Amino acid sequence: MNPAWKNIRGDFPILDQQVNGKPLVYLDNAATSQKPRCVIDALSQFYLRDNANVHRGIHTLSMRATSAYEAARDRTAKFLDAAESGEIVFTAGTTDSINLVANAWGDENLKKGDVILLTEMEHHSNLVPWQLLARRTGAKLRFLPVVPGDSGSLDLAQLDRLLTSEVKIFAFTHVSNTLGVINPVAELCAKARVAGAISVVDAAQSAGHMPVDVRAMGCDFLALSGHKMCGPTGVGVLYGRKTLLDAMPPYRGGGSMISNVEYFESKWAPAPQKFEAGTPNIADVIALARAMDYLDDLGREAIAEHDEKLAALAYSRLAAEIPGIRMLGPARNRSGVISFDLPGVHAHDVVTMADQEGIALRGGHHCNQPLMRKLGLSSTSRASFYFYNTEEEINRLVATLQKIQQFFVG
Amino acid sequence: MQDLTDLYQSVILDHNRRPRNYSILPTANRVGSGNNPMCGDQITVYVKLEGDRISDVSFQGSGCAISKASASLMTVNLKGKTVAEAEAIYADLHQMVTTGKVDEENFSDLAALAGVHQFPARIKCATLGWHAALNAANGDERPATTEKPGD
Repeated sequence: MNPAWKNIRGDFPILDQQVNGKPLVYLDNAATSQKPRCVIDALSQFYLRDNANVHRGIHTLSMRATSAYEAARDRTAKFLDAAESGEIVFTAGTTDSINLVANAWGDENLKKGDVILLTEMEHHSNLVPWQLLARRTGAKLRFLPVVPGDSGSLDLAQLDRLLTSEVKIFAFTHVSNTLGVINPVAELCAKARVAGAISVVDAAQSAGHMPVDVRAMGCDFLALSGHKMCGPTGVGVLYGRKTLLDAMPPYRGGGSMISNVEYFESKWAPAPQKFEAGTPNIADVIALARAMDYLDDLGREAIAEHDEKLAALAYSRLAAEIPGIRMLGPARNRSGVISFDLPGVHAHDVVTMADQEGIALRGGHHCNQPLMRKLGLSSTSRASFYFYNTEEEINRLVATLQKIQQFFVG
Repeated sequence: MQDLTDLYQSVILDHNRRPRNYSILPTANRVGSGNNPMCGDQITVYVKLEGDRISDVSFQGSGCAISKASASLMTVNLKGKTVAEAEAIYADLHQMVTTGKVDEENFSDLAALAGVHQFPARIKCATLGWHAALNAANGDERPATTEKPGD
């Protein structure tokens, strides 16, 4: 193992605690990751030293805050390999980013008879905003299926049939939050481009886990959440191709997003300011940039490799050592999100019992109800890994699941 | 897992493994449903109401051990009771799962659910079936939900 990982837990003070009398094993990283001390410090340093409102200020603190805020935009552009910082809009998170596209681009460009193509594995955040858009415009939703069975891959053989000329938007997730599948996003973006549709990538589960390079991917829009990649909650990013952002109307009105205001009408600031009405989430944006530094210092290739090793080990051990367990998603080439069904034990009971052993899991439909129904499940248990998890924690997970099975099924 | 035996008492494990009255009731004249949108759990409760008396009751659905066992215990405890009696039993049960306070005289096997109060995230699991049943008995056809409308 890379020696860098040995001491990594020291960067995350929260991991060093007992829960219900046992050392914490945090395996709910797909819901939110923990934060390294440097991110927490960036947050408190801003409030302790630099706090002021951005953009309109002349005084020193305001200039300091503005320059850190805009530096975070540059940092994000570099993190995603965007062509320029003007393609980076700060939002409240992935959900907010997708709603921005659905409203500002969707309302302007969709009409009755148009089609929004999604996949069957989308999180509710990449489904419900499109349902609302369809309702407003009369556009129709269409779904690229997941292949039957539990491997969870998209049925790419059906893509050409579904990606017709009526499709104006093709929105899909990079990594499934339920199945752990990594989708071939560059291929999907290329297909969308050829079909004349814009591509919208939900990178909530991928951005902190692997290289996410919008130009190599070829996407038109990409959404991510800070809190799933070592950053604070309440902050996210929308990447948008500059020509698209420039042509879009604003999403919300207010201060900061205007160039001139009269009583009866106003002129908008250029993108990205056009989409950032009101005082932005300054401190969290700055701390998010610090999280990007932290992830790049570790190396996102290295994080992806480490994630995959842990996931492969956890997957194979659960499959081999828990009798009757139903594993969802692929055995290989997967992210660290592992969902499973323990026959005879409901996910909530699994999670309650695991919690008593200090293990944080998630149980439920994972904001993925239609996919759950398709799989014939109402809920699953999910263990999701990040680079600070260890093989020893996998031992604890396996032993605990065996105990739980014994307790309920005998 | 010493503490968990407070939550998962043997009565609960037994009712989870072998839920009582777990079927569709062909003679039912009231049907209530309940869902927990936070976890996707669903339950349907079938009630045969004769006058104001619950002469028979059954349930079906998917849910955790707590919700299944609580619904199973409910069918056993409500059969033959009037709607008013059923509501009184539920009021006591609700107090028990939120505070842990057991009224020994009235409770018998339902006392197995007292441990739920130590697990606040699971209280809604214990009450879902009861909501569905009482809605059905009161002629309220709306599905019971653990969340307020609009949530």
